Amino acid sequence: MRSTRMMAAIAAATAAFTAVPLLAQTQQPKSAADGIAEYRKMLEDGNPAELFEAKGEDLWKTPRGPKNVSLEACDLGLGPGVVKGAWVQLPRWFPDTRKVQDLESRLLSCMQTLQGFDAAEIAATPFDKGEQASVTALAAWISSMSRGMKMALPQKHPEEKRAYELGKRAFFYRGGPMDFACASCHGEDGKRIRLQDLPNLTKNPGDGVGFAAWPAYRVSSGELWSMQRRLNDCFRQQRFPYPGFASDVTVALGVYMGVNAKGAESIAPAIKR
Amino acid sequence: MPDPMRIRAQAAGDKTTVRVLMSHEMETGLRKDAAGKTIPAWFIQEVTAQLNGKPVLSAEWGPSVSKNPFLQFIVKGAKAGDKIAVTWRDNRGETRTDEATVS
Repeated sequence: MRSTRMMAAIAAATAAFTAVPLLAQTQQPKSAADGIAEYRKMLEDGNPAELFEAKGEDLWKTPRGPKNVSLEACDLGLGPGVVKGAWVQLPRWFPDTRKVQDLESRLLSCMQTLQGFDAAEIAATPFDKGEQASVTALAAWISSMSRGMKMALPQKHPEEKRAYELGKRAFFYRGGPMDFACASCHGEDGKRIRLQDLPNLTKNPGDGVGFAAWPAYRVSSGELWSMQRRLNDCFRQQRFPYPGFASDVTVALGVYMGVNAKGAESIAPAIKR
Repeated sequence: MPDPMRIRAQAAGDKTTVRVLMSHEMETGLRKDAAGKTIPAWFIQEVTAQLNGKPVLSAEWGPSVSKNPFLQFIVKGAKAGDKIAVTWRDNRGETRTDEATVS
């Protein structure tokens, strides 16, 4: 009895499914990229990055660390405590640390100077563990406060220009057992890994693509990845030695991609497969 | 204490769409850690929703639901200002309830 009903259900389902492609054939064939875009659209409504944003906002406002102070006095480039719009202007030059810093390295500085954490210790902590997870959640919330704004990294300071050139060199630097560079995958239009389209990062890849889409929630692993983690994994894919967290080369690559993406709308924290 | 849920409830006509994001590991019990030891199952088993205290949904979930699950459902007859409460309970007996106002 049960199996007959099941068979009937399968038959009905088959009939429904065969009817669909017949209809679709008269229209434009759907590409793999369209399919992925559709899948992302479906997930957009329920992006779990929101859970990390909520955590990050809490971490920003709660007094923590050895000094028991909140991060609300942290200067992300637009003045102490200004969060809205800060993300689309990072990495940038900071006169107090005399360094070009991206969001994560700036957060490390603030957590050390304001809250009394040991920045070097956090940088050495594996992703998603301890205070490293706090940095990720903070990055999710801070980037969400610039959602819909256009990338506008400053290039006035000579160090910011130097970081761009350094990032460009790192981007095109070929090495490792596979003689790879970032540019091997991200230097031309229309390339992809399996079904994932790879943005051309040597120019502006468009709104919400590439640099303007990270941090992002990875559905496949259920993790939130900041730009630092994204870069770390790019280095792994090239079979390069892992870069240090918030190291100069990762910040320089951020400057290179961010400046190239000038004017692109930020959708961070985005959702990825 | 488990992390809070994010609940949005939007009324359109007599139908209200409720969207819920839950923060949960949702371990299947089939995965192994780096040392080869099985990671114990840990997942949401029971989800219920209430409209102004009256039950409108109850569901039994299993380990095949994704990490940080997203749930969407439609309630008839809710008005702006009404309260939607969602509760989950996992196999460790931990539970979390959050509430949202229909807008």
